[in-house]
Amino acid sequence: MDAIILQILNGLDKGSAYALIALGLTLIFGTLGVVNFAHGALFMIGAFCAVTLSKILNLSFETIDPTKTDFLGNPLKVKTPYVMEWFGPETGAAIIDWAVPLAILFSIPIMIAVGFIMERGLIKHFYKRAHADQILVTFGLAIVLQEVVKYFFGANPIPTGAPDAFKGSFDFGVLLGYDPNVIIYPYWRMVYFFFAALVIGGVFAFLQFTTFGMVVRAGMADRETVGLLGINIDKRFTIMFGIAAAVAGIAGVMYAPINSPNYHMGMDFLVLSFVVVVVGGMGSLPGAVLAGFLLGILESFASMNQIKSLIPGIDQIIIYVVAIIILLTRPRGLMGRKGVMEE
Amino acid sequence: MLGLNKKDTSLMIVVAILALFAPFILNPFPEGSAMAQFNAGYPDLMQRFVIFGIFAIGFNILFGLTGYLSFGHAAFLGIGSYSVVWMYKLLDYNVIWGLPLAIITSGLFALLIGYVSLRRSGIYFSILTLAFAQMSFNLAYSVLTPITNGETGLQVYTDDAQVLLGANEATSPHLFGIVMNSSAKLDLGPWSFTFNNGYYFCAIILLLVFYLAIRIFRSPFGMMLRAIKSNQTRLNYTGLNPRPYALAAFVISGMYAGLAGGLMAAMDPLAGAERMQWTASGEVVLMTILGGTGTLIGPVLGAGFIKYFENIFSKINDNILHQWFAFLPDGLEDFVVFIIHPFIGKGWHLTLGILFMLVVIFLPGGLVEGGQRIKRALSRKKDADAAKTEPAE
Amino acid sequence: MGILEVKDVGKRFGGLQALSDVNLSVKENSVHAIIGPNGAGKSTLLNCLVGKLIPDTGSVMFDGQSVLGRTPYEINQMGISRVFQTPEIFGDLTVMENMMIPCFAKRDGAFRMHAIENMMAEKDIVEKAEAMLVDMNMADKKDMHSASMSRGDKRRLEIGMCLAQEPRLLLLDEPTAGMARADTNNTIDLLKQISDEREITIAIIEHDMHVVFSLANRITVLAQGTPLVEDDPENIRGNPKVREAYLGETA
Repeated sequence: MDAIILQILNGLDKGSAYALIALGLTLIFGTLGVVNFAHGALFMIGAFCAVTLSKILNLSFETIDPTKTDFLGNPLKVKTPYVMEWFGPETGAAIIDWAVPLAILFSIPIMIAVGFIMERGLIKHFYKRAHADQILVTFGLAIVLQEVVKYFFGANPIPTGAPDAFKGSFDFGVLLGYDPNVIIYPYWRMVYFFFAALVIGGVFAFLQFTTFGMVVRAGMADRETVGLLGINIDKRFTIMFGIAAAVAGIAGVMYAPINSPNYHMGMDFLVLSFVVVVVGGMGSLPGAVLAGFLLGILESFASMNQIKSLIPGIDQIIIYVVAIIILLTRPRGLMGRKGVMEE
Repeated sequence: MLGLNKKDTSLMIVVAILALFAPFILNPFPEGSAMAQFNAGYPDLMQRFVIFGIFAIGFNILFGLTGYLSFGHAAFLGIGSYSVVWMYKLLDYNVIWGLPLAIITSGLFALLIGYVSLRRSGIYFSILTLAFAQMSFNLAYSVLTPITNGETGLQVYTDDAQVLLGANEATSPHLFGIVMNSSAKLDLGPWSFTFNNGYYFCAIILLLVFYLAIRIFRSPFGMMLRAIKSNQTRLNYTGLNPRPYALAAFVISGMYAGLAGGLMAAMDPLAGAERMQWTASGEVVLMTILGGTGTLIGPVLGAGFIKYFENIFSKINDNILHQWFAFLPDGLEDFVVFIIHPFIGKGWHLTLGILFMLVVIFLPGGLVEGGQRIKRALSRKKDADAAKTEPAE
Repeated sequence: MGILEVKDVGKRFGGLQALSDVNLSVKENSVHAIIGPNGAGKSTLLNCLVGKLIPDTGSVMFDGQSVLGRTPYEINQMGISRVFQTPEIFGDLTVMENMMIPCFAKRDGAFRMHAIENMMAEKDIVEKAEAMLVDMNMADKKDMHSASMSRGDKRRLEIGMCLAQEPRLLLLDEPTAGMARADTNNTIDLLKQISDEREITIAIIEHDMHVVFSLANRITVLAQGTPLVEDDPENIRGNPKVREAYLGETA
């Protein structure tokens, strides 16, 4: 039992990331009818926003401390980050420590801008082209974005830590009456899960309770009719693209402490997120979220030693196997609607 | 000739001449000259032209004719390579055992993957093939290590069975004693040309499969595939079931990919999982589109173009750039080199991505369409000139 | 007993009863028109006949065999060909290739692999397709890219493609919708010629009364998903119920 709870918990953070990316993919697909292969790159850019901010905050100047000497006997050079100089050592250190959460604020405008530029500059011109062309051009864009990041940040993962307050783990088992250290869960993963739930809730509330959201939902159901009503749907869809980009971006920011960002993390997550979207049902937002968590948890179960000893390597392929089975038995996915993407 | 019409026969002849004389054609610059770095007439690169040409021809039979965009064809490439290396390990280094097996196994996998994936069309199909390929990659990389040797890659070890290995047999891939990696050299003045057994072996296979592709394009089957791309509704209401046709195309293109993968292992007796990665699938899509989707010669051109520039771009470094732009004033020279730097050497993928986007945006018909456009523009200009001169007479 | 027997067919979409108690009998070698105001369920009925929709209740028999549960291509092979409201042709192919495909389908069935043969070397197919193009008065357009033709020509090609399969029943879904008067008249003449010269049953769904009364020798009037009357054209013309159905719609 404790092992099962542990696996569910372990699946939550990956599932959260899948759900957040799949949510954005579905929003873009449902509203704009575009299959965006560059969506994973947005997640990756988000993670590198966190890296960049922590690098900026660590920018330092050198002073010479005449009272100390280094091992060669020269006066010791001391590096002081500018933020420490400006805000005082304690506040400055706290700011540097909290770089990742701060990066959310830093990344939102960047991601929205990236989203706008992508939609207005490129994807807009592909609304009427074949899906194959959309896939190919966004695939090309994904390669370009990935290579640009690689050029500036290098090919190696860049460790980016969570704030000290969230280091360490929470003993979840004790709450449920198990012995200490049976079910432990890193604080930051817990934060990630709650954060993801918050963002998902926010997106749903936004779509449910605002006029803007209503129009977008109507547009997802029937794009042409809404266009006929004289509502400027294109402008709203641009904004929607910006929002989807921001969701992917902040998902990436917060993921940075869980997995050190590298330039190909976007592609890695994208393939699985597509599978998540297809399993959830193309064009279904709740389906995307449900399938995201489901597959995340499933993956985590498959990596249990007991299961791996039965079927070696099952954790590597479980998601694909499940996706194939679901598509064969329920071609529209778990919550797919009739008439979406069907010939 | 050979059941081809005049136009196709001349196309076939052109391709045959290009393939057979490639060691000359691709080495136009004398050895040691400044331009020699643009030569492409060395075995390794020529083999890659031909092998990726075969891969792209096969991919085009699926994507170009039926319009089904597979994002997982690299899986078959890998399966082909593994098949061939296994035959080396079990029997001997003669490629005659491995290549047919590569075609058969990749065909069987294609049948399985195609049967499942073709139950859906459009974007679902692309994602399903992508998922299958990624799954195959994971299987090869970590799950099936006894068969694939995982991360290290599959290769022949001295303690392998090799039951047919003769006492005097070559210990590298060969075809009945014709060793793939041996070459003849011809020096003509400052020029040097290399004739490699492996290259010619691949080139002859390319000609065979290219001929087969022409026959498929001109056959009733090829017409049915184009009909699938054009209008599936009408096909259904004409009493035809599109699915077996599409599946047949999928299997054929999978077998082409398997053959290409097999040839890779026939040139270099190694097989690794990275061959199956989805970026490799993306590459063949790009080759096909860049050359011209649905055209006969396009994929071969696209494969050659990409492999050539991959080679050139990866070789160029800052020093070479500085040599090229030495005529510029110093500051400007540094600036130009600084601008170009991200696109060369390890930056080739960036160039590739940009190329990918530019082709899809501006030249969806690829190089073949580009050529036609230029031809049309020229003939229009000629017409215009003729019209202009007429009144003067 | 007609060649097509529709019995008690009903079809429901959510809260909408699109068809109910539809009974219809199409006699062999007749031209049977199904008319009715917009929303009467004509297209739904047609889709039930060709396998695109499966009715909730009732049966559809073609030549003594049920068509229900079969896929469109299977039903087509039984001998039912369909002409669409907007011409469905292979736009990327030439006119000749368009015409060859149904010839292959007729000869070879649902799937047969001819991957190596040259398609132009299949003499019987080429001859048949060429003859059909002559019949359709399109021999001069043989090598044209079919998507670049006028709508009237596309319609003509589509009808020709259906005939090339030698169907026993030809279903037409508003074949003159969106056509200019001249094209409409040409289509009427073509269909008349077809029904005179060939052993074929034609069932036509139509909105345009001019077309219906020029062609049909039997008419079924559909209103609100159920047949109102089935009778000869002269009787339909004066039938007060029919007038009401139509006037009620227009008023």
